Amino acid sequence: MRRIAFLLALTCLAAPAPAQEAPGGDAPAAPPVETPVETIVSGLSQNRVAITANFDGDEILVYGAVRRDAPAPEGRLDVIVTAEGPSGPVTVRRKERVAGIWINKDSVNISSAPSFYAVATTGRLNEILSAEENRKHAISIDQLVHLEAADAAMQTWVARGGDPDSVPMFPILLAEGEFIRSMIRVRTGEGRYRLLENRVQLSEQTLFRADLTLPSNLTEGVYRVRMFLLRDGRVIANHERWIRVRKEGLERMVFNLSREQPLLYGLLSLAIAAFAGWGASAAARLIRR
Amino acid sequence: MQLYLPIAEVSVNVFLLFGIGGIVGFLSGMFGVGGGFLITPLLFFIGVPPAVAVATGANQVVASSVSGVLAQMKRKAVDFRMGLVLLAGGFLGSAIGIWVFALMQSLGQVDLFVQISYVVFLGFIGATMLQESLRALLRTRGGKVQVRRAHTHSWAHGLPFKMKFRASGLYISVIPPLAIGAFTGFLAAIMGVGGGFILVPAMIYLLGMPTKVVIGTSLFQIIFVSAFTTVMHSVTSQTVDMMLALVLIFGGVIGAQIGSRVGVYLKAEQLRVLLSLLVVAVALRIAVDLLIRPAELYSVMPGVLP
Repeated sequence: MRRIAFLLALTCLAAPAPAQEAPGGDAPAAPPVETPVETIVSGLSQNRVAITANFDGDEILVYGAVRRDAPAPEGRLDVIVTAEGPSGPVTVRRKERVAGIWINKDSVNISSAPSFYAVATTGRLNEILSAEENRKHAISIDQLVHLEAADAAMQTWVARGGDPDSVPMFPILLAEGEFIRSMIRVRTGEGRYRLLENRVQLSEQTLFRADLTLPSNLTEGVYRVRMFLLRDGRVIANHERWIRVRKEGLERMVFNLSREQPLLYGLLSLAIAAFAGWGASAAARLIRR
Repeated sequence: MQLYLPIAEVSVNVFLLFGIGGIVGFLSGMFGVGGGFLITPLLFFIGVPPAVAVATGANQVVASSVSGVLAQMKRKAVDFRMGLVLLAGGFLGSAIGIWVFALMQSLGQVDLFVQISYVVFLGFIGATMLQESLRALLRTRGGKVQVRRAHTHSWAHGLPFKMKFRASGLYISVIPPLAIGAFTGFLAAIMGVGGGFILVPAMIYLLGMPTKVVIGTSLFQIIFVSAFTTVMHSVTSQTVDMMLALVLIFGGVIGAQIGSRVGVYLKAEQLRVLLSLLVVAVALRIAVDLLIRPAELYSVMPGVLP
C-alpha cells in the first residue's frame, strides 16, 4: 500500500501538468510565497481514519514532490511536514505546597490548544527554519500553541465587546506563559506533541515522504496536514491537506447514544450491570450443582 | 488486545481492564465493599480520564454488588429491613452531599476536599478497625472463645422508634441506622464512592450487627446508591463509558462470585483485619500523594474549570 502511494508520487513528477490529487484532499497547491519557481505536489496514504473498537493508533504516509518550472535555484532545500489535531480548551493547574500538603493552587484556562501536533523535518528545526518564518507560519510546537492561545484570547476579547484595534497585551503571553510552556512539556511527555527531526526523507532534491504515527488516544475531528518547502530557512511554498478522524461502528453508536439520549443511556448501563450481576450469580449456581 | 473506549477516548488493554474488574469484584464479594475507592485510582493509573473513571466505576459497582447480594441472599445474610432504613437515610445524606459538592466546586477545591476526606475517613476507620480486629483475632488465638454478647445495652437502646431487625438479631431504634445511612450517603456523594467501607465498620461497631449479615446488607444498600450515581453522571456529565463498564463488569461479577465464596472460609475477625489493612493502605497511598513533592507540578485537563 505504501509502495503504491510512493509510486503515485513518482507519476506525479513524471507528468506534472494535471496534479494528481487523492480523493477528498481537495486543497489546491497554495500560490508560492515569493518565487514561483518551486511548488509542492502531494498526497496522503489515506484521508480518513476510522476509530473502531480495536483502534490502536494509525500510520499516515505523507508523500510529495517539488514541481519546478525552471532549473532548481541555489541554496539548501528542506521540507517540513506538520499534522495538527482539532483544538479545544484546556485547563492547566499548578500544585503548590500549602501547610505541608501539595494542592492544586493556581490554574489557567487556555481557550484553545491543539489536541495533537506533530512536526517532521529534514533537519534540525532551528537550523532549517528562520525565526521570522516560524512566526509567520506558526510551525514549531511552541509557536503554534502560543499563537493559537493568543488568537483565542483575542477572539474572547472581541466577543466581549473589546475594540479589535486596541487589543491589550494579553496576560496569557506574559504571566501565564509559564503555564503554556508547562502544558507543552506535559503534552510532549504524553506523546500528544511531537517534534520529529530528520524524519522527512528527501531524495534527489525532489521527492519527499514522512511517516506520521497517530496515537491511540486520538480525538475525533479534522486533522490538518501542512507541508512547507524551504530554501535557506525561508518558506518558498506551502500546501495543506486534511484527514477526517471519526468514530465508527459500535463506537459511533455508543457515543451518539450517550450524547443524544443520556437518560436512556444511563438506564441501559444500569440494566447491563444488573443483568451481568444476576447472570454471574446464576452461572455460579449452575457450576456448583 | 487493545480496546478503544468511545467516551474516555483512549485505547486500553482488554486483559488489564478485565483483571482490574476481577480484583475489585473479588474484594467486593469478600468484604461487602463496593470497590469504588479502589477502581477509581486504578483506572486513573491506566490513563482513563478522572471524570470517566469515577462515573464508570459507579456503574461497575452496581454489577458486582448485585452479584454479591445474590450470593449472600442464598445464605440468608441480607437484612433487607436494615438495608431499606439505611437507604432512606442514604438518599437524604446524598442530597445534602451533592449540595456541599457544588459549593466546594464553586470554591475551586473539590479535588483537595475529596482527597482529604479520603485520608481522614479511610485512615480513621481503617486504623480503628485494624486495632479492634487484631485484638479480637489474638483473643481467639489465645484459646478463649469469644462470647458474643447479644444484649449489651448502649445509649442507642434508649432512643425511641424501636424496630425489630430479625436477620441481624437486633431490636433497636431506627434513628442510629438512619443517621449512619445519611452520613454514608453524604460521603458517597462528595467522594464518588458507594460508601461500603464506612457502612461495614459502622454496622459492625455502632449497630452491633453480625459481620456475616453486614456484608450482604451493605452491598444491598450500595446497589441503589451507585445506581443513582450512574444515572446522575450519565445525564449531567455524560462520562459513563459503556464499553469500559462492560469489560470491568465482566471481570467484576466473576471476581465477586469467587470473593464471596472465599469469604465463607475466613473467620469474621480475619475478614475484618484484611479489610482494615486494605482501607489503611488506600488512605496511606493518598496521604503520600498529598505530602510528597510531585515530579510534575503541572497538570493538563481538557475542558474549562467552572
